[in-house]
Amino acid sequence: MLHKTIRPVVLLLGAAAVVLPLLVVLFGTFKTLPQLFDSPLSPPGSPTLDNYRRAVDEGGLGAAFTNSLVVTAGAVLLTLVVASLAAFFCARMPGRAGWAVFGVLVAGLAVPAQAAIVPQYVLFDRLGLTDSLLGLVLVDTTMTLPTAVFILGAFLRTIPEELYEAAELDGAGPLRAFRSIALPLTRPALATTGIFLFVMDWNDLLYPLLFVRSQEHRTLPLALLDFQGEFLTQYPLLFAGVVIASAPVVVVYVLLQRHFVSGLTAGAVRG
Amino acid sequence: MSSTRSARSRRATRALWLFPVPALALYLFFFAYPTAQAVQYALTDWDGYSTTYDNVGLRNFTELATGDDVFRNAAENNLKLTVTVVLAQTALALLLALYLVRTTRASTLLRALFFLPTVLSSVSVAFVWRFVYDPDGGLLNSGLRAVGLDSWQSVYLGNPDTAVFWLAVTQVWFHAGQMMVVYVAGLQAIPRELYEAAELDGAGRWDSFRHITWPLVAPATGIVVAYTTVQSFKAFDLVLGLGGNPPGPALDLLSTRVYTTFSNNEFGYAAAQSLVFMALIALLTWVQRRALRRAA
Repeated sequence: MLHKTIRPVVLLLGAAAVVLPLLVVLFGTFKTLPQLFDSPLSPPGSPTLDNYRRAVDEGGLGAAFTNSLVVTAGAVLLTLVVASLAAFFCARMPGRAGWAVFGVLVAGLAVPAQAAIVPQYVLFDRLGLTDSLLGLVLVDTTMTLPTAVFILGAFLRTIPEELYEAAELDGAGPLRAFRSIALPLTRPALATTGIFLFVMDWNDLLYPLLFVRSQEHRTLPLALLDFQGEFLTQYPLLFAGVVIASAPVVVVYVLLQRHFVSGLTAGAVRG
Repeated sequence: MSSTRSARSRRATRALWLFPVPALALYLFFFAYPTAQAVQYALTDWDGYSTTYDNVGLRNFTELATGDDVFRNAAENNLKLTVTVVLAQTALALLLALYLVRTTRASTLLRALFFLPTVLSSVSVAFVWRFVYDPDGGLLNSGLRAVGLDSWQSVYLGNPDTAVFWLAVTQVWFHAGQMMVVYVAGLQAIPRELYEAAELDGAGRWDSFRHITWPLVAPATGIVVAYTTVQSFKAFDLVLGLGGNPPGPALDLLSTRVYTTFSNNEFGYAAAQSLVFMALIALLTWVQRRALRRAA
């Protein structure tokens, strides 16, 4: 009996705890600081787009948005190509070799990125890859590879052997088998993995923070973090930055919610 | 016939060896090799730009173990954060999952809502919560004032004794929904007949939970606890957004310590710190896997 009344209360409180701060942020982007402090919860009375304009112009979020787009698209595509090739090998190679390569690649999941940052920085710097978008694409690809191989490998192993045998009888080599059997059948897993990688790469802060020195190469999270120094307590401006940085992920999330959940949970299961 | 087939399949197998080459090349060159190099750097006093440095043996490590109060403080903060987040997040995720496990329109919507924060960037989440905690016009304090609880107002992140706790609250807000989804999957795998049988035997709600739900959802608990531990142990971005770059002592964690040492051009010392950090994560994961296996 008691349970029946507690349940909606808990759920309502939980929902409010998620929605209220986000709503305050969204409304806040159209307010001035005094308006925000005065009545944080109320919808904007006389909405202004000034915060967005300043976030883009003074905060450099426009250029950062383009950089994030380039780096994320590049890293997601490269990771999917490289990881699906490797996962195909792991699933198709007879004997221990397949599992050995899988083990090596997936071992990276247990190692935190911070373990390698010092030598990684030195290596990328010597190759002239720090402070460049290409460097970020390469490092993001490397760091998300284990996750991608893990999810795609598990999925590729579920494809029945008979399909490949039939293709082999027709004279198909591994590349044909990969292109005309594995890839089409893996499309849902590729989509899920791609979305998961998109969230990871779009939100990555560590590597831009370490590698990027010049303003023109900043990605969104880094440009946003730099707001701290410039606009310390200019909350409406910070909020406009938050909305600009989050809009693409939230839009994709609303459209493809099911894939998000399976992708991020598959990522969680790695421990 | 059979010999040409096996010849072809041998050729095919040989071609297959090319498939993992790009992945292995990237991974070994840009990650595995630098990780191994960290060991070498950790034994030096290299500053990152000089062409010369000295091998100092284990000095960096003895310094970390005995003389570095800043590192010890960060480790303590990390421990507090991890324990708080693991307890709170596991309990909350399980509670929400129990309430939302059945698929109705409302529960599907609520699940999506609780999951939403997970996809935001940590810097965005940090900025949202910076406003929530702002002592002057922030959401918490103005809310407390509005309902007449003025005396409950606090400086939150400004109080070194409680700052880590408020960081934990933010972290739970950020990721509880993701762990809820793991629990929902675990709960959905429990056969309903078990509950029906228990009910026939006169078991109450609590009995069912204790004797059916809790033991059978143990694998999901294992995943949630393991993942949450590593996640809060690695917390980094959130701290830079909430506590500043670099964060003060109240919010300093091992991850931010490695980063700050590195930024100060103490490359050798930072490498040593990063190895200790990695070893602690490995140890924690191992201990907790064992503990959970025994519990399960």
